Amino acid sequence: MSEQKQLFKVTIDNITVEVEPGTTILNAARKIGGDVTPPAMCYYSKLKDSGGKCRTCLVEVAAGSTADPRPMPKLVASCRTTVMDGMVVKNITSDRVTDARNGVVEFLLINHPLDCPICDQAGECHLQDLSYEHGKGASRYEFKRRTFDKHDLGPYIQLHMTRCILCYRCVYTADQVSKERRHGVLSRGDHAEIATYIEKSLDNDFIGNVIDVCPVGALTDKTFRFKNRVWFTKPVDAHCNCDKCSGEVQLWMRGDEVLRVTARKDEWGEVKDTTKGEPGWICNTCRFERKKISDWVIEGPSQVSRHSVISQGHYVGMKKPNETVAKVMGGRDPKLLMNIKDVSEVNQVELSEIKGPATSQVFKQLKKGN
Amino acid sequence: MGRKLLLEKAHVEGIRHYDVYRREGGYRSVEKVLKTMSPEAVVEEVKKSGLRGRGGAGFPTGMKWSFLAKPEGVPRYLVVNADESEPGTFKDRYLMEFIPHLLIEGMICASYALGSNRSYIYIRGEYWWVKEILEVAVQEARNAGFLGKNILGSGFDCDIFVQPGAGAYICGEETALIESLEGKRGNPRIKPPFPAVKGLWGCPTVVNNVESIAAVVPIVNEGGEEYAKLGTGKSTGTKLISACGNINKPGVYEIEMNISVEEFIYSDEYCGGIANGKKLKACIPGGSSVPILPANLLLKTAKGETRMMTYESLSDGGFATGTMMGSGGFIVMDEDQCVVKHTYTLARFYRHESCGQCSPCREGTGWMEKILLKIDQGKGSMSDIDLLWDIQRKIEGNTICPLGDAAAWPVAAAIRHFRDEFEWHVTNPSEALVRNYGLANYAKPLEIAAPTA
Amino acid sequence: MKFSEEQLKKVEEMISHYPEGKQKSALIPLLHYTQQQNGGWLSAEAMDYVAELLKITSIEVYEVATFYSMYNLQPVGKTVFEVCQTGPCMLRGSDDIVAYIYEKLGIKPGQTTEDGLFTLKTVECLGACGYAPMMQLGPDYREHLTKEKIDALIAEGKAKAN
Repeated sequence: MSEQKQLFKVTIDNITVEVEPGTTILNAARKIGGDVTPPAMCYYSKLKDSGGKCRTCLVEVAAGSTADPRPMPKLVASCRTTVMDGMVVKNITSDRVTDARNGVVEFLLINHPLDCPICDQAGECHLQDLSYEHGKGASRYEFKRRTFDKHDLGPYIQLHMTRCILCYRCVYTADQVSKERRHGVLSRGDHAEIATYIEKSLDNDFIGNVIDVCPVGALTDKTFRFKNRVWFTKPVDAHCNCDKCSGEVQLWMRGDEVLRVTARKDEWGEVKDTTKGEPGWICNTCRFERKKISDWVIEGPSQVSRHSVISQGHYVGMKKPNETVAKVMGGRDPKLLMNIKDVSEVNQVELSEIKGPATSQVFKQLKKGN
Repeated sequence: MGRKLLLEKAHVEGIRHYDVYRREGGYRSVEKVLKTMSPEAVVEEVKKSGLRGRGGAGFPTGMKWSFLAKPEGVPRYLVVNADESEPGTFKDRYLMEFIPHLLIEGMICASYALGSNRSYIYIRGEYWWVKEILEVAVQEARNAGFLGKNILGSGFDCDIFVQPGAGAYICGEETALIESLEGKRGNPRIKPPFPAVKGLWGCPTVVNNVESIAAVVPIVNEGGEEYAKLGTGKSTGTKLISACGNINKPGVYEIEMNISVEEFIYSDEYCGGIANGKKLKACIPGGSSVPILPANLLLKTAKGETRMMTYESLSDGGFATGTMMGSGGFIVMDEDQCVVKHTYTLARFYRHESCGQCSPCREGTGWMEKILLKIDQGKGSMSDIDLLWDIQRKIEGNTICPLGDAAAWPVAAAIRHFRDEFEWHVTNPSEALVRNYGLANYAKPLEIAAPTA
Repeated sequence: MKFSEEQLKKVEEMISHYPEGKQKSALIPLLHYTQQQNGGWLSAEAMDYVAELLKITSIEVYEVATFYSMYNLQPVGKTVFEVCQTGPCMLRGSDDIVAYIYEKLGIKPGQTTEDGLFTLKTVECLGACGYAPMMQLGPDYREHLTKEKIDALIAEGKAKAN
């Protein structure tokens, strides 16, 4: 006898979607997927109270609702603004949004060390993706970048404060997932930092999850430090019988070596639900201690669906992100004036078939073979 | 001479204490409210008075009160914002220091109107001695039966507590203030929900400025309609203006909002003119975050009308040629003052006070400070001025709380009205280090001062 | 660190300002009090003790103590000059005051004299713009500063130490 729930219609960049009342603009946009989804650096759907801080997800509300179609004067954080029936939102179709987002990316980068070549997060870093998609080629910042005193968080977690964007996700994770918080945001303003004040190692059983939620390379896995670049490792799904967590993980392998263990992530880079439908946070033992292939039951290659650098690799079972530009532009697709793949010689060869390094000689041989 | 409603008796000997305050007619409004009025009627009077929030935003106080959610069985709170930290503003301190019972009297009336049985005064920690004055006054009011259980036999319970801050401008933002009152970092909350629905400890809360709450006393005593007769148009009643900078008589003045800016600066009753016989160069009339105006636009609007000390007249012309009443922090600069350097100190202030939660404010304020310092020291280039403009534009409106706007506006206005001064710093780097650039002397440049040893 | 019975009574009074279970709200006043009782600064030990008193975690105290500018996390001199340097005070010559203190005591903002008597800090707007230049000295303000007044304050600070 349950009454059918009334759904709200919301139009984002000319695409209309129906969502339940209480849904945020960002989550409505994620339902559509692809380019109309605003980037989110601090919001994390599985962490209560997260979001609103980084300002990358700002969107323009062109009409508040059917009942009150006035536009909202300021850009709003889509991750913390709930939809109304008949709301019209502009994301990539708004110049104001593009301009503001451009500014936010620049702000996030002025004090960033840009040390991607030595950063373990490179390749799966949200800030890299964000800069690539919304940033500019050069910085106008000419002053000394901010530095912090080094701070040791113990044997498992490596902290690089200079890379941090203060999304507060790790703070919420400690509060909500590990239920014990020893680190926090100290100081204020541009000197605010993640730290424990007096050096303490973080050793709660679930604290390792802060690594998975960190959008940048501020918190990385010490047991994986400088071991490999993520794009050289092969992600496979695996599980084990763990008495602390679900044991459902993703292994990052090279040959038969398990280089790193992480939780499984969805297309937004967030921890996936387990097969039982609970958030798939994993325990420290699974993450840091089980590095032998015999510890795990391998299920098969992971589906890599992140809209990110690693998805450029030729992974088995790669899922391409939803392409929505044509729909947004009413059938036109301005992005593809020319498909480079069709004209580039390089792409006439399947690179993943090359065994060993792809030297020009090997490449030419293969091309001849075609 | 304009009428005074708040500070009329501020200098009566001993007014700081209950006995004298009571003898001078204090706490009449509490008697009137508790014995003859319903809470709704008090809200109605405040609405009729047209009182606008005196903290800076100028939002109608009665309207704010009527938004307060009143769910069954949930306590409601009144919090008075005495975290006065906007550069140029020191009016609330004056009121609390000299006539603390006026605030307490207003708070009891407001608490009754809003149904708050536990009200707080959040005062900036640096005003430690004022906090102690308030605590004594609260105790006196308690002893006299104006606070506590069943006040004047009305069945209404109310107590007031004084909560100190600890040095954070951001806690003047109402949700940051609430966070701080909960014993946390002063990070502004993301709105909605607004405090009127979910404020202190998750309960409906009204946060009002000291002066707004003090104004409730004359409003109740004289009636909202009578109050609204003072002032001009929508700027009803009196306003406390704290004047500082290069004037002869810095201090706190209560003005009826019907005098001109010129009168305020030059008459002996108020600022008494520019100090040392110098000329007026520029003024920031409403606390450091409102746009600076050069002398010509300050005294007359772009339309050529006389600019008045009212909310409407000060903002006439928008940000292009106008400014704002803000919190009433009136900063006057004479011809010798350097706008670039002054803007730099403000940028430094906002960088220092940014909570660091959201990226545009955390990163942008520091960036602006660095560029302004560079220009001030004669190391800037023309493109820095454009860059500065672009940075402030990208902060404004894109932050969680208004501190971002407050940091952006002074920079924007300084460039808008004094771009030539910025350019002069770029083109005359060595001169910029030894003397200030005076707008009042465009036609007749000042003699270059000898470098000081 | 441990408070005496009398000090604990004071803490209890602070906590009584808030509804049941909201004792965390007493954190800011309690940190002020602790700093005052602890020679003008907050050691890690003192902050841990505050956490214990309020039944909250230490990190909650550190987060707050590092946020607000009035808490000293390093030992300070017996007399702390906190000179305001924001716009309105700058217009009235606060830079000269800072320079004069340097001239007299040889300390720059953030530094303490070798004998541990004086610390100089520059601070942002203290809400006394009309009485500029000014400084905070303990719980009080010193306004309309002049070189003569600084001399007197230094003498006062030295006398206090003896």
